[in-house]
Amino acid sequence: MLGLGVTEPMRECQYSEISVVASSPMDAEHTKRVPRRRKWETFPGRNKFYCNGRIMMAKQTGVFYLTMVLIVVTSGLFFAFDCPFLATNLTPAIPAIGGVLFVFVMGMLFRASFSDPGVLPRATPDEAAHLERQIGEDVANGPGQGGYRPPPRTREVIINGQTVKLKYCFTCKIFRPPRASHCSLCDNCVERFDHHCPWVGNCVGRRNYRFFYLFILSLSLLTVFIFAFVVTHVILRSSQTGFLSALKDSPARYLFIVVVCFFSVWSIVGLSGFHTYLIGSNQTTNEDIKGSWSSKRGKENYNPYSYGSIVANCCAALCGPLPPSLIDRRGFVRPDAARPSPRSNGTSAYVSSQPRTRMCDQDQCIQSTKFVLQAAATPLLHNELITVSGGHSLSGKPSLGGPCASLPAAQHTPPGPVPNATWEAEALVRRDQEKSLFRWRASDEVSSPPSLGHGNPLYDPASQDSLHQDSVRGLVKLSSV
Amino acid sequence: VRPSLQDLRQQASIAAKVFVQRDYTTGTICQFQTKFPSELETRIDKQQFEETIRTLNNLYAEAEKLGGRSYLEGCLACVTAYTIFLCMETHYEKVLKKIAKYIQEQNDKIYAPRGLLLTDPIERGLRVVEITIFEDQSNGRIEGR
Repeated sequence: MLGLGVTEPMRECQYSEISVVASSPMDAEHTKRVPRRRKWETFPGRNKFYCNGRIMMAKQTGVFYLTMVLIVVTSGLFFAFDCPFLATNLTPAIPAIGGVLFVFVMGMLFRASFSDPGVLPRATPDEAAHLERQIGEDVANGPGQGGYRPPPRTREVIINGQTVKLKYCFTCKIFRPPRASHCSLCDNCVERFDHHCPWVGNCVGRRNYRFFYLFILSLSLLTVFIFAFVVTHVILRSSQTGFLSALKDSPARYLFIVVVCFFSVWSIVGLSGFHTYLIGSNQTTNEDIKGSWSSKRGKENYNPYSYGSIVANCCAALCGPLPPSLIDRRGFVRPDAARPSPRSNGTSAYVSSQPRTRMCDQDQCIQSTKFVLQAAATPLLHNELITVSGGHSLSGKPSLGGPCASLPAAQHTPPGPVPNATWEAEALVRRDQEKSLFRWRASDEVSSPPSLGHGNPLYDPASQDSLHQDSVRGLVKLSSV
Repeated sequence: VRPSLQDLRQQASIAAKVFVQRDYTTGTICQFQTKFPSELETRIDKQQFEETIRTLNNLYAEAEKLGGRSYLEGCLACVTAYTIFLCMETHYEKVLKKIAKYIQEQNDKIYAPRGLLLTDPIERGLRVVEITIFEDQSNGRIEGR
C-alpha cells in the first residue's frame, strides 16, 4: 500500500516504504518470529535515544546535566530567597517575569537538546553502489574542460557565483550537501552543521539552531536578570540594616549566585553576541572559524547563502520554515525487500549487501549456536546421571531423544555464519571426562558421520545409530559452515 | 488497491535503479537535477520526466519558501514556545503530504504502466529521487490505469 502512514497527533510523520517484491517464505516466517523494531533501535550513528525514539541526544550527556543543574539551582535559590523580599518591597512582577524567563530557558534547552539537529540518513546500499560507479567513471574520464580535474571524491558546484566543493563522506557514503559536515562525536552527517555543543548534549544544526540561539539569548537575559535583582536585594536590605549584616544572612548563597552569574555573563552573553553576528551574516560557526567566506581569502570571496540584508538573514534563521526530521526515528524497520535480479550483462546489477539479511543471519547464528549447545550439553548431563546412579553398563551411551529432537530443527535452519559453534561445542567436549561422542572440528568431513568410530569404545552403534547419524550430520553441517 | 502496482510488486523483478541527484546551484534549497538519465530513454518521454521533476522542485521550493506566511508561523510558534506544533502541522509537513500524493498519482498514471516506480525522496533523506526500473514483462498482465 503506497503512501504515508497515519500521521500521529504529535505531528510525527511515518514514512512507509513501498514493498517492491513479495518477501520469500523464509523471510516471512522469520519476520513473524522477530518483533518489529523501530528505526531508532538500528540507527547507525552514536546517538542515544529515549522515550521510544522521541528524544535524541549525543552519547556524552554529563555536561548537559550539569547545565540543567546550574540553571535550576541558581534560579531556585533566586526564587526561594530573593523573590519574597522583592515581591513585597518592589513589585510582584519581578518573580513573574523571572518565572516566564526560566520556563522559556528550560523549554528552549530541552528543545535544542532533544531534537534531531538535521541528521542526514546514510545512503542505502544501492545508492552507495551507484555513487561508487559514478566516481569510478569520473576518475576514468580524465581531465575535463580546461585540463583541470577536481580530486576524486569531490564535486564542485557553483552556488550564486561562488565555487563550493562538495566532499564525499566515507562513513555515510554520500556527497555532503553544502554546509553539511560530519560530526565525529555523533558519527553523523548533519545539515548546516554549526558545532557540537557539549553543554546542550547534542549537535547544533539546521533543525535546532534557532532553539540553541533562543536558549543562549534567553539564558543571558535570565542571568542578567537574576544578577541585577540579587544586587538590588542586597542594596535594599543594606539600606535597611547595613551592608555587612545583610550579607551575613546567607553569605554562601550570595557568593554562589555572584560567581555563577559573573562567569555566565562573560561567557553566555559573549556567545549570544557571537551567534547574533553569525545569524546576521548567515554563517555557521564552522564556516566562520575556517574563514570560508571571509574577505581575507580574496576580494571576490563572499557568502553565497546570505540573503543580502541582516534583517532577512535573521528572519530566515529564526522564523523560517522548520524542516522535518529526515531519519524517521519512530518508524518501523521493514525488511529490505528490493533484490535486483541477477544479470549477466552487467549493466544493471546492484548487489545490495543488505543489513537486514545480515541481522537475520545473526539471529540464525544465535539460534543454531543454541541448538548446538543444547545438543552438546544434554548428553553430558545424562552421562553424569547415569554414572551417579551407578553400575550402568550403558554409561557411555547418552540417550539422544532430547537433543536429537531439536537437532532436526537445527538442520532446517539455513546455515548462517556460525563462528562460535565449533569452539563452544569443543569446550563442552573437553569438559567431559568420559570422552564424549561429540568431538567436532571445523573440518571438511561433512558427507558421512565422521567421528563416530574414533575413540568411542562405549558407543553401541546398533541401537542409537540412526539418531546419532542425524545429530552428527546436523552438528557437523553447522560447525563446518 | 491499485492492480497495476500490485502486479508489479508480485511478479516483476528489478532490473536497475536510477538515482536523480540533488541540484545545489541555487543553494541549499531542495531541488533535483532535471537532466534526463540515459537508462530511462527506452521507457519514458524526456518531457514527461522533466515535467515530473520540475513539479517536484516547485513543490519543495514552496515548502521552504520564506514569506509572510512562514514568518507568521515562525513567530507564532516562538511565542507559544513551539507547543503549537502539538496540535498543528508545520507548513513544510503539509507540503510533504502534497508531494507524497503527487508522486503516488504520477506512479499510477505514468510510471507504473511503463514498468517504472518513483520513490518519494523523503524516504531517502531528500538526497535522491530513486527510480526503480522493472524488467520488461510483455505478458500483458501489467495494465495501465
